[in-house]
Amino acid sequence: MIPYSTNPLTMNSMQRTLTALGQHEPDRVPLFLLTTLHGAKELNMSIEEYFSRAEHVIEGQMRLLKKYRGDCLYPFFYASIETEAWGGTTHYLSDGPPLCGAPVIKCPEDVDTLQVPSVMDSPGLTRVLETIGGLKARVQNTVPIIGVAISPFSLPVMQMGFDHYIELIYEQPERFEKLMQANIAFSVEWSNAQLAAGATAICYFDPVSSTTNIPRELYLKTGQQVAKRAIAQIQGPTATHMASGRCLPIMSDIADTGTAVIGVSTLENLGLLKAAANKRMSLLGNLNGIEMRRWTPQQAELEVKRAIALAGRGGGLLLGDNHGEIPWQVPEEVLLAISDAVDRWGRYPLDWVEDWLAERDNGE
Amino acid sequence: MLNDMVNAFRESLEALDRVGAERIFQQALTQMTPVNVVEQIAVPALEQLGTGWERGEVALSQVYMSGRFCEALVDSVLPPSDPDRKHQPRSAIVVLSDYHMLGKRIVYSVLRASGFELFDYGRMDVDELVERVLADKVRVLLISVLILPSALKVRDVCAKLKAANSNVKVVVGGAPFLFDDRMWREVGADAMGRSASDAVEIVTKLMGEMQ
Repeated sequence: MIPYSTNPLTMNSMQRTLTALGQHEPDRVPLFLLTTLHGAKELNMSIEEYFSRAEHVIEGQMRLLKKYRGDCLYPFFYASIETEAWGGTTHYLSDGPPLCGAPVIKCPEDVDTLQVPSVMDSPGLTRVLETIGGLKARVQNTVPIIGVAISPFSLPVMQMGFDHYIELIYEQPERFEKLMQANIAFSVEWSNAQLAAGATAICYFDPVSSTTNIPRELYLKTGQQVAKRAIAQIQGPTATHMASGRCLPIMSDIADTGTAVIGVSTLENLGLLKAAANKRMSLLGNLNGIEMRRWTPQQAELEVKRAIALAGRGGGLLLGDNHGEIPWQVPEEVLLAISDAVDRWGRYPLDWVEDWLAERDNGE
Repeated sequence: MLNDMVNAFRESLEALDRVGAERIFQQALTQMTPVNVVEQIAVPALEQLGTGWERGEVALSQVYMSGRFCEALVDSVLPPSDPDRKHQPRSAIVVLSDYHMLGKRIVYSVLRASGFELFDYGRMDVDELVERVLADKVRVLLISVLILPSALKVRDVCAKLKAANSNVKVVVGGAPFLFDDRMWREVGADAMGRSASDAVEIVTKLMGEMQ
C-alpha cells in the first residue's frame, strides 16, 4: 500500500487555485468539478425551472460546493443562452443540457446584416450576471467564480449550424471575418460584464479550434487570431476549453493567445499535455465525463490517481472533467468518490506518485 | 499504381484541392468503369481520411469537406438512379432527439460517395423514427447523436423495433459512443462506427450478411 499525504489543508479555494495556476504546489490539487445541471437535482426542480431564476442557481451552486468540496463556483447556465441574445431559441430537456434551437443565421447573406445584441438587453444573460453577483456576495474572494463565454470562433456552430459554418470558413473568408468582428464585439462585452459582476475568470469555450475539428494550419489563420483579438480585450484571466476535443499539437499556439489555462480531452495523455504546456498554461481536466456515468467508487479513485500522477507535480493542474460540464446522468456517489479521492491522493507533496507510476508501468 | 492514385486523391481531398482531386478522378475514369473508380479510388481515400480522424491526424472539417466534394464527384458519374448504385440493404440515417447535424451529414456524404443510396430522415424523436423505419421496411438504420441523453434513447428505439418484430440492424455513431466504447452494446445497438468510413465498412458487411 503506497502511503498518501495527510498534511492538513491550509488554504482556501482561491489560494489553492492561484497557487496551482502560478505553477507552484498548493496544499492540495484544486478540484474543479464543473457541475451545472446537478443543481436542479439538489433543489428537486426540473432543469427548466432551475435555470429560470438566478436565486435557484445561486442556491444550487452553493449546495454543490459544500456537498462535493470543490474549489470553484460555476454559474454557467447552458451554451444557447448566448444565442438567445441573438434571437435564437432554446429547447429544454428533462435529462440533459438545454439545446440550441433553429439557427439564427439561415443563409450566409444574413451575416451581412447581423446586428450585435447588447448583453444588458438579454434576459438570459442578465440572469447569469445576477447569479454571479449573488455568488460573489456569498463567497467574496475565497472561491473562484468561473464565468463562461462561447468563443467568437465557436459561437457560429449554434448561430448557423456546424456544416454551414465549416463551408463559410473555407469558402467565404470575407463574410467569415464580418461574422468574427460581430462575435468578438459580443463576446468581449459578455465576458467583461461577467467579470464586472464578480467572476474571477472566464472559461473561453473554443471547441472548433480543437485539432479534432480543424487542422492546425487553419487554426493559426482563424481560431488563434480570433482568440488573440478577443482575449486581449477581456479584462481578466481566461481558461480556454476544448470541450473534449484534442489540442496536443497546438498547445504552444494556444498559449500564444494569452490564455492561462487549457481544458483538455481524455483522448490525450495528461502527462504529454503537461509537458507541452511547459508551465505557460495550467491544465484543466481530463476525467472522462461520459464514462463517469458508470464508474464505481474504485474506478473513480483510480482515475483521479491517474490524473494527479500524470500532471499534479509542481502545480499547474486543476482536476476536472474533460468536457466542461458533468452530465446529468453521473450519480452523486461517483462525484463524492471523486471528491474523496482528491482529498486522499491530492494533498501535496505527492510523494506516492513515482512508486504508483512504477507499479502501474510494471503492471502494464 | 492504384495505391499511388488513392494516395494522391486522398492528399488532394485532405488539402481541399478540388482541382487536383477532380483531375485524378477523371484520369481514373479513363482507365476504369465509374463504379470501379468509386470502389477502388474514392472509398479507400475516404477510409484513409476516416482512420486519420480517429488517430487525431485529420480534422473533422477536412473529413466533412472531402465527403461533400467526393459525393458531388460520385454523383456526376453515378447519379442516384444509376443501377450500379447500392440500394440494398434498404438503409436510412437519422439524428436522434438532437439538433447536431454535422455527424449525420458527414456519414451520409461518405456513404453516398461510396456508391450507396439511403434515406435521410433528418432529425426525429423515438416514436416517429420507429414508425418510419417500420413503414419504410428499413434493414439498416444508422443513428447519429452528439449528446449523452440522445445516445441513451437508442435503447428505446431498439426495444420498440424489437417489440414490433423488426429485423432492422441498428448502427450508432457519435461522441458519446466514442468516449464510452461499451455504450453501444448497453443501448442494444448491433454495431458502432467510430468514423464515417467505419459506417461504409459496417454497411458493406451487413449487406453481405443479408444477401
